[in-house]
Amino acid sequence: MDSAPAALLVARGLTYHRNQDPIFGPLDLHVDGGEAVLVRGGNGAGKTTLLKVLAGLLEATGGEARLLGAPVDTDHLARHCAYLGHRLGHKTELGCLDNLRYAATLQGRPASVAALEAALAAVGLAGYEDTPAGRMSAGQNKRLALARLSLHPGQLWLMDEPYANLDLDGIALVDRMVGAHTASGGAAFITTHGAYAAPPGRVRVIELHGNRA
Amino acid sequence: MSPGPIPSSRVGWPSVARAQLRRDLALVWARRGDALQPLLFALMTASLFPLALGAEPGKLAPLAAGVLWVCVLLSGLLGLDALFRSDTEDGGLEQMLLSPAPLALLVGMRVLVHWLTTALPLLLVAPLLASMLQLPMSLLPMLMASLALGTPLLSLIGAVVAALTVGVKRSGILLPLLALPLYVPVLVFGAGSVAAAAEGYDALGALLLLAGALVLALVLAPLAAAAALRIAHT
Repeated sequence: MDSAPAALLVARGLTYHRNQDPIFGPLDLHVDGGEAVLVRGGNGAGKTTLLKVLAGLLEATGGEARLLGAPVDTDHLARHCAYLGHRLGHKTELGCLDNLRYAATLQGRPASVAALEAALAAVGLAGYEDTPAGRMSAGQNKRLALARLSLHPGQLWLMDEPYANLDLDGIALVDRMVGAHTASGGAAFITTHGAYAAPPGRVRVIELHGNRA
Repeated sequence: MSPGPIPSSRVGWPSVARAQLRRDLALVWARRGDALQPLLFALMTASLFPLALGAEPGKLAPLAAGVLWVCVLLSGLLGLDALFRSDTEDGGLEQMLLSPAPLALLVGMRVLVHWLTTALPLLLVAPLLASMLQLPMSLLPMLMASLALGTPLLSLIGAVVAALTVGVKRSGILLPLLALPLYVPVLVFGAGSVAAAAEGYDALGALLLLAGALVLALVLAPLAAAAALRIAHT
């Protein structure tokens, strides 16, 4: 190591307005590898919007965000972060394995069938390889998305309500995955409105209340 | 060197393009009932003309190329609205945007699959339809050449319009309304090349214009469609 590790994610005065209405911010963030950040707030507090701005899917109204020193905006998307949104992007007609194989290649790291099956088994979807995503429950689809996340080469995970739709076992799975990810030097941004999120390791909590952070 | 492993994409663009191609073909196969619609539509429409106009040899022949071209053009509009709709609705587009591979490449693959599954089958049955419409055999090569150059052009232009209208929840007639004016030059030169050949003129000029437009569209249309999708997303 030649110097102090650069922050994974830095934001200064990050704000987002929709039609003049402030959604969140100004927000200052400094996230290092090994940290899990819980973004708490009620419905409509701007949690999803914050994650989308951090991913570069939405343009911030003010301030700036940097991922590994590079600016993030709609022209420079955070391609090195794994984004788990409300909409998971699974094709309902295709089986789990096909969905996962495509997603793994798309996010920059193709995986062998054995690795894909292992990732599915790790999220409790062994035996569902050929089941179309459309025939699985919302929780099972969330698990499939978590398998995608586990194959992502990026250091930063942006997870929008990862606990939603999951059973107790699934909630423990998310905590376990986040713990392993941060233990290996990654960071995770997790939005949640509940209190059941308890990933192990260093956890920071950010509260969003409408337009004040 | 900056500290910490900066994750680099371990995959070349060709393999992402292959993955997109493979996934989109699998999707078409899963929705094969829908994928057959354009072919059936063109077959039905083309077969109505001999019934409506009568099967006298002199009557159909001059119209054959134009009728075929219109059938192909209209059938191509059928699946166009669905081209990007599911991706914008199920979150697939967000993953495509965040991929290290450029969106234009992924869009290009999607258009390729659209052409392969809607236009290519029509190209294969075009000789059959041409003989049903009593197109003189000597004009068949010209018709095939104009369709081979024109249909990819239609798919590419259509993709740009589909990307522009994807933000409209139920675009309905909007998409054809926007696409048809852009299709007109392709139709004019495509059907026109066969008509010119029928009159004994040199039709190479029309074909070359189509080829030139195709090269231009191959480069620009995926970029334009990708830009439109980006706008539709935000």
